[in-house]
Amino acid sequence: MDSTTILFVIFSGVLLLSGLRVVTARNPVHAVLFLVLAFFSAACLWMQLKAEFLAIALVLVYVGAVMVLFLFVVMMLDIKIELARGQFVRYALVGALVAGVVLGGIYMVVKVKSLGLATFATPVAHPAGYSNTQELAKVLYTDYAYPFELAAVILLVAIIAAIVLTLRHRVGLKVQDARKQVAVKAEDRLVMVKMAPTVNDGEKSP
Amino acid sequence: MITLPMVLTLSGILFAIAIAGIFLNRKNVILLLMCVELMLLAVNFNFIAFSRFLGDLAGQVFVFFILTVAAAESAIGLAILVVLFRERRTIHVEELDTMKG
Repeated sequence: MDSTTILFVIFSGVLLLSGLRVVTARNPVHAVLFLVLAFFSAACLWMQLKAEFLAIALVLVYVGAVMVLFLFVVMMLDIKIELARGQFVRYALVGALVAGVVLGGIYMVVKVKSLGLATFATPVAHPAGYSNTQELAKVLYTDYAYPFELAAVILLVAIIAAIVLTLRHRVGLKVQDARKQVAVKAEDRLVMVKMAPTVNDGEKSP
Repeated sequence: MITLPMVLTLSGILFAIAIAGIFLNRKNVILLLMCVELMLLAVNFNFIAFSRFLGDLAGQVFVFFILTVAAAESAIGLAILVVLFRERRTIHVEELDTMKG
């Protein structure tokens, strides 16, 4: 066992344990924090698999933005932590059954020799000075330029949808209405009054 | 030396944990969303492993798009959750049983 294998085993152990804790945690805040740990160890594993850009993107985008959003929502909503014990056992049995079926399928895929997983067991080593980010950018901005734009549009749609969904109009709130402010005319606010000139007849003004 | 079956097994176990989590936490929408995130992570593992062992960057590009869509999905999902909680004062799946609130 060389050092990369040992690191892989350590990180995948952390990943699986934290994934298990996400699923079984009583407190949703703990679940989110364990999910953060899972994403961190996944980023370490992706770095071992030579996907450095995606590893950093996972930490920045997922841990930095999405998980913080989760944490905000979990803390904002007043969630009662309860799960009946008897039901927990029943659900655990069903969950374990489904997980067992999935694991069996994965096992067959990995172990069946005819699928030829062993044929590409040795990946090509990258030359010195190879930059994963640069290579990814080359592909992303040439072959995948159109999907890349579509991804940007999806993010824009997500921004607008999230804002529109959570926007609420409360009555009786003193806010500026930009439309009314722009549409206002001088006549609405200023009244010109014609009046006769007054004559000062010698009395001193106070 | 990391081999492809090792990574595939890891992602399979992670996916199975996430599926079991959906069964365990089917009362709480926010934990369901988290289990979906774990599933997407497991799928991304497969993509990155095959990208590495086939020497093709297309897998990593696909993971990039999956991350984008997953971020959008969780943002909208959490927004819906916040609106739902404001409306009904609960996010328990069993109590959300009317179509038109």
